[in-house]
Amino acid sequence: MTAGLLAAFDAGRFAVTAELGPPRGADPDAVVRKAKLLRGWVDAVNVTDNQGARVRMSSLGAAVIAQRSGVSPVMQLTCRDRNRLALQSDLLAAGALGIPHVLLLTGDHPKLGDHPEAKPVFDLDGVQLTWLARTLRDGTLMSGEPLTVAPRWLIGTVENPFAPPLSHRADRLAKKVAAGAEFVQTQYVFDVPVFARWLARLRDLGVTEHCAVLPGVGPIRSTRMLEFLRTAVPGVHLPSTVDDRFRGVPADRVAETGLRLCAETIQELAELPGVAGVHVMAFGFEHGVPEILERAGLAPHVTTLEGSVDAR
Amino acid sequence: MTAWPKPFRPRLSAPWCYRVHTVLVTNRAYRWLATRLERSPRAYRVFTATERVSKEKLFGCRMCGQCALPATGYACPMTCPKQLRNGPCGGVSPDGRCEVHPAVHCVWVLAHDRAVAAGHRTDLDLLQRPVDHREQGRSSWVNYWQGRDDDMVIEARR
Repeated sequence: MTAGLLAAFDAGRFAVTAELGPPRGADPDAVVRKAKLLRGWVDAVNVTDNQGARVRMSSLGAAVIAQRSGVSPVMQLTCRDRNRLALQSDLLAAGALGIPHVLLLTGDHPKLGDHPEAKPVFDLDGVQLTWLARTLRDGTLMSGEPLTVAPRWLIGTVENPFAPPLSHRADRLAKKVAAGAEFVQTQYVFDVPVFARWLARLRDLGVTEHCAVLPGVGPIRSTRMLEFLRTAVPGVHLPSTVDDRFRGVPADRVAETGLRLCAETIQELAELPGVAGVHVMAFGFEHGVPEILERAGLAPHVTTLEGSVDAR
Repeated sequence: MTAWPKPFRPRLSAPWCYRVHTVLVTNRAYRWLATRLERSPRAYRVFTATERVSKEKLFGCRMCGQCALPATGYACPMTCPKQLRNGPCGGVSPDGRCEVHPAVHCVWVLAHDRAVAAGHRTDLDLLQRPVDHREQGRSSWVNYWQGRDDDMVIEARR
């Protein structure tokens, strides 16, 4: 079992997280397979919650399976599908099951997913959910009633440094940190200078002292994926430097260029003061994560709870 | 059933909104009025209908009954498709459009620009408590004058 983010932060080690998308089906082996590919290479694995508003196995269920398979899960939880009662009960269940981290977000709108006719809940927003999580950890429900046992997970959040209003994005994270967030993972970083300006503002606000910042990265594996990121994923910012990088690259070399760009981005980000680690998003490409990390000079560095470094 | 929320561009400039607010700030007369209105269901209905019509026209008001406008540059966060009360989501397009309704601007981008232009940027740092859905359809002016909104917005503190 990997030791989780707290161990990495406490040791002052560059933390690595990756993403594990649960299957569209009741197949536990799909989760086990992905978890085993990542075990030993990352400190924790994000288990997504109906990502893109598309139905998958629940993040709580898949997080438990991932944990049994030896990786430390980050259970993602969104406000899209649950009101405040359901959010609290799921967070308590995560606490009882020993899930070491939760990542709280508003969630994609159902209109963009596979059940666009569904009722969007959004009883709370991502900031209020973060606030609610801290209230639970402090030992009370939102109603003020005391809990018998308080959960102990670490509280994570997300931010997109590249979405308008740009000048507001650091302040928005500061608000989430004031509400209780202890680590943050960001949208894909393809524009390091813009990210660095956002981070500088966070340092000025004193946010990085209280919240570990893990920028999101991921490999562009085909020209189709490049177009998909540009047009179909809300909030992804692709600067012209990325286009320059892929221009004239023959189709069979695009994946290699994408891997190299991803590894270089990790190295650039690691140099920035205030970056505590990196979050690798490689949907359906979990088997490629070790190679990316290795190229970035990060592999395999995660010590398991037993004190041994996992074999590849 | 009302239509689902869609970002609404306010029809009144932010400086005017802040000016109008100074006229509506709670005082003894307003509190007396609010108490009287709550005693008379008929008067309350007429008053609430007036509030609904005027705020619908100006702000796209959805009558949540706990108005956030003074802290959001007078752009209504309940017209956000996710009804976010604490700032924009991460899906805003590079030119500031809503991810759910790409034809219109994100209401939180409008809120930010209006608050900044009016010197109220720090309002956006305040924590907005979750909405009390029991107040849906009630008069937010009456609730405000009765002091029920007093802890709706609080200073964010670690």
